[in-house]
Amino acid sequence: MSNLKLELKEKIIEQLNLEDVSVDEIADNDPLFGDGLGLDSIDALELIVMLDKDYGIKLADPKEGRKIFESIDTMAAYISANKA
Amino acid sequence: MKKEVYINSIGSVSVQKTFDSTQFLEDIVTYNDTTLKVVDPNYKEYIPPAAARRMAKGIKMSAVSSKNAMKEAGLQNVDAIIVGTGLGCLGDSEKFVSDIIKNDEQYLTPTRFIQSSHNTVAGSIALDMGCKGHNFTYVNASISFESSLWDAKLQLQANEATHILVGGVDEMVDHHVDTHRFIGHVKDKPVTMEEVLSSNTKGAVIGEGSHFFVLSNKKGKSTYSKLTSIGIYNTLEKDKIADVITGFLKDNELSVQDLDGVILGNNGDVEYDHFYTNLCSSIFDNTPQLVFKHLSGEYDTATGFGFWLANKIFKTGEVPKIVKLNDKNITEPKRLLLYNQYRGRNHSLVLLEKC
Repeated sequence: MSNLKLELKEKIIEQLNLEDVSVDEIADNDPLFGDGLGLDSIDALELIVMLDKDYGIKLADPKEGRKIFESIDTMAAYISANKA
Repeated sequence: MKKEVYINSIGSVSVQKTFDSTQFLEDIVTYNDTTLKVVDPNYKEYIPPAAARRMAKGIKMSAVSSKNAMKEAGLQNVDAIIVGTGLGCLGDSEKFVSDIIKNDEQYLTPTRFIQSSHNTVAGSIALDMGCKGHNFTYVNASISFESSLWDAKLQLQANEATHILVGGVDEMVDHHVDTHRFIGHVKDKPVTMEEVLSSNTKGAVIGEGSHFFVLSNKKGKSTYSKLTSIGIYNTLEKDKIADVITGFLKDNELSVQDLDGVILGNNGDVEYDHFYTNLCSSIFDNTPQLVFKHLSGEYDTATGFGFWLANKIFKTGEVPKIVKLNDKNITEPKRLLLYNQYRGRNHSLVLLEKC
């Protein structure tokens, strides 16, 4: 699980072009949106595509994303439970 | 009665350190290459990091040059934003198409799509400053910038606007350079800045840049010059160019003798620089001749650099030695003509006067 969390942080930094953020600066339970990492709705779409492309997980209901993308912890737990 | 059109401010990001408006080609960036990238300003001083992370290079460059132009003009907003670009944010267009191919038309993400259109720059600037006025992008190859100037001039003369932000921007991206190198539009071998215009080889050294200007029908505190006339010609017979230029000047009740200098778009391409050299040895024989593409590189809106150069000459009264093509001196610049063409097509004339 810890490897997956590290992988997710690296992917998020790279795919969302967070030039000034390092892996160490993202805590596992930091909120990804709003006051935390400050991601927005376009980033949410990028994350949905990332789940599909890299982990074979299609979100049938985009509203699910709100809970799944709360933090690295929630993302990793969802991917571990649903990975194709 | 038609109103006059003034260039009230300038902003530039280019292969030279033009983003620093206190400088005027004092610290030249030299090269030995076939492609030239801009000297990056500190983008963080101009763009919030959260916004910058999604911006294509063309948008970043233009955010800086447009903000510098707006600051110098002392304006928070304008009546219109008009941008010329040959290729728009081509880098993101290329990435978007590459992703389509690589992912077998699946998994397309929004960010690159958003910026893959030509009018992203004009739109982004308008969003940033909250400008709800006329927003237009001209995509007319190497007369894109001049087309924008022309539109702005007409609107300002007709008093349909008071202040218009006009710009030209093009970014250099790998695939575009590769294809143009393949068809011989880019020089085969590296060449130095000092030698490029006399290289006697095919193709040009490709550059990139973003140049923005506030044009107004009222003089401002920082006014640089007056935009007197523009001529655009998609096709011209080689032996007719001198006649067209003298006709253009005559339409403005001028002759070649009334010019204090001519700024030419020589890029060192042996196949097409004769358009300039023929003029230099005929109608412009006794006119101070200036060049700029050895400093800027060639791109569709490189004339934005020439326009920047002309305005800096008016403002400072100085002509840097590095832009002089012949030994005629400009003592007091009052009237400058820019002439440009690319690969024998899309000729443009821009006449500027001191005011």
